Amino acid sequence: MGSEFVQLSLTPLLIGILASIACALPGTFLLLRREALISDAIGHVTLPGIVVSFLFTGVVAAWPMMIGAGAAALVAVALIEAVKRLGNIESGAAMGVVFTALFAGGVLLLEQTDTSGVHLDVQHALMGNLESLVWLAGRDWSALTDPAALAKLPDELVRLAVVCVFVVALTIAFWRPLKIATFDEAFARTVGIPTRLLSLGLVMTAAVAAVAAFDAVGVCIVIAMFICPPAAARLMSDRLEVNLLWTVAFATLSAVLGYVLAGYGPLWLGGSHSVSAAGMIATVSGIILALTALFGPCRTRTGEAAAT
Amino acid sequence: MERFLDALLLSAGYNSALVAIGAALLGFAAGACGTFMFLRKRALVSDALAHATLPGIGLAFIVMVAFGGDGRNLVGLLLGSAITAGLGVLVVDWIVSRTRLAEDAAIGAVLSVFFGLGVVLLTVIQTMSAGRQAGLESFLLGSTAGMLFQDAVFIAVGGALAVAFTWALRRPMTLVSFDADYAAASGYNVRFVDIAIMGLVLAITVIGLKLVGLILIVALLIIPPVTARFWTERATAMIWIAGAAGSVSGYIGTAISASAPALPTGPIIVLVCAALMLVSLLFAPRRGVLAAALQFYRFQRRVHLRQGLLALARQEPIHDRMTLSVLRKAGLIRRDGVPTEAGRAQAAKALLDEQRWAMVRRLHADTTRAGSYDGVTPIEKVLTRDEIAEIDRRLGPPQEVTA
Repeated sequence: MGSEFVQLSLTPLLIGILASIACALPGTFLLLRREALISDAIGHVTLPGIVVSFLFTGVVAAWPMMIGAGAAALVAVALIEAVKRLGNIESGAAMGVVFTALFAGGVLLLEQTDTSGVHLDVQHALMGNLESLVWLAGRDWSALTDPAALAKLPDELVRLAVVCVFVVALTIAFWRPLKIATFDEAFARTVGIPTRLLSLGLVMTAAVAAVAAFDAVGVCIVIAMFICPPAAARLMSDRLEVNLLWTVAFATLSAVLGYVLAGYGPLWLGGSHSVSAAGMIATVSGIILALTALFGPCRTRTGEAAAT
Repeated sequence: MERFLDALLLSAGYNSALVAIGAALLGFAAGACGTFMFLRKRALVSDALAHATLPGIGLAFIVMVAFGGDGRNLVGLLLGSAITAGLGVLVVDWIVSRTRLAEDAAIGAVLSVFFGLGVVLLTVIQTMSAGRQAGLESFLLGSTAGMLFQDAVFIAVGGALAVAFTWALRRPMTLVSFDADYAAASGYNVRFVDIAIMGLVLAITVIGLKLVGLILIVALLIIPPVTARFWTERATAMIWIAGAAGSVSGYIGTAISASAPALPTGPIIVLVCAALMLVSLLFAPRRGVLAAALQFYRFQRRVHLRQGLLALARQEPIHDRMTLSVLRKAGLIRRDGVPTEAGRAQAAKALLDEQRWAMVRRLHADTTRAGSYDGVTPIEKVLTRDEIAEIDRRLGPPQEVTA
């Protein structure tokens, strides 16, 4: 664990972990509410959101992009709701219509705008570039206490840290209403919890997490982190509190293991190049889900095991 | 504009004509085959399936190179994509049937994990000496403009086969989509029919992969059936309408994209498709938003007219502004609110109708007759003349309306 680790691996690793946790926490509630695929829709509509905000501001800056993508998520949710209600179309198809159309719009805008010299392209958006978020100023472990070096940490790390803290704080602050509304929406409404506002807030939080992560690691990891760790956690425990801890643990494990496997795995197998870290993190989260689906203590539906 | 028309009339050159026809054929096949996926309420399974093609493409490339092949052999790549996509669908099915996770979680997990694995394999290929210019990324977003004659033939033959299968299996697929339990009870193998639906979608995905890419083929599978749903209540008609919507999108989309530089074909096709959907959502004759609004307005008018007439007959004052305006426009009251000759006549008729209904509801309280009262329908539309005569006999002689 020498200086090279600090310089090249520490920040991507931390970014991976923070991104995973920030996405997995709202993902838990979306999953329990059977809205897991909202994260798929959000993941796809961040692209047009980011492009539009780039067109308005003309700069590739973080906060305008976040606002753009958040707005795109809101638009998407509103459109899905509109297609569902006005057209009397079931929610899966409504979602499919809206997010593919918006995504196509995003790709079109991206091709239309001159993106040469701007690090905005479809492939980057899909696959991310976690590996390149290195901390060149961090020459040594001692750099962690050196303000000059700390000032040169990748922006993505700082942003994701802020977003992650934000997501955790929201989860704690809204714990009771979230829990009640997730398990019994009708009851939540009768005790005066504004459930629609709450679920909109959840989607918005998910969108913010998605954008922060998307910017750093690409859309493929975002959707995987929204769904896989919470799904695996769901197969581990029946209690929401424990569930959430498992989620965080699985998200962290996916990030660390995925990053390490992507960076060093090929070397161990005799290859000479690393592979996509974001893709590997998604893959590892899938393997974890597969293992819990095979061996998790709460993997079957309650009552069904007793019946068969 | 000129180039758009040229492309529309297939006179913008051999290649764009080829692309336009190919895209139209693909659109038709995708719309037709996607119909049952939509009716079975599994539209987003196609999303998981499309994303699950990516690792197959990567693996096929690696395997072909390992055996000394070119690696860019289209048949091999598509075969690989079909295998992993099929695997993805099986995994979704397994998760749903064997664990407590719901279908949406299964779809999301499969699409993201398979896609992630595919991305990993693509980076592996980029580092292989044979893979430097593999161009496999074009499968992500498609490369419509690069269509060759053999691609068009491939789409035409494959698409025609898929549509033929859809047509041949339309009865069992319709039955399973609308009532799986009934289908099972009448001897259909629901699982087999489901597999057939998935298989058709899988075939279309693989066929369309190179044209519009794995992310946008989902749109062609989902949006045309939704469009078609607004225009018909019949599943067989839906197949054709969805096919037509898909092929129009493909054709017009390619024409638009040929009309100016930097208009990528795949996204344009999808956007045209979405525009058609939007138009249908708004203007379809029965299920459209406009039609529904119009219907609501008409019903509202009828209710106000009836209540207004009854109020006139009972000599009650009317305060509701809409009632007054409806009555005035029908020429039943004057500007100062006094009923006209026609107004008095109709008021009397409405009152009689109401009294007849009251009698019917008392006589037939326990039958559906009483339930057909909605306060608007004239009794002549529900009962026969003889029945009405009987009601009138019970009501006694007519009373004068003293207006």
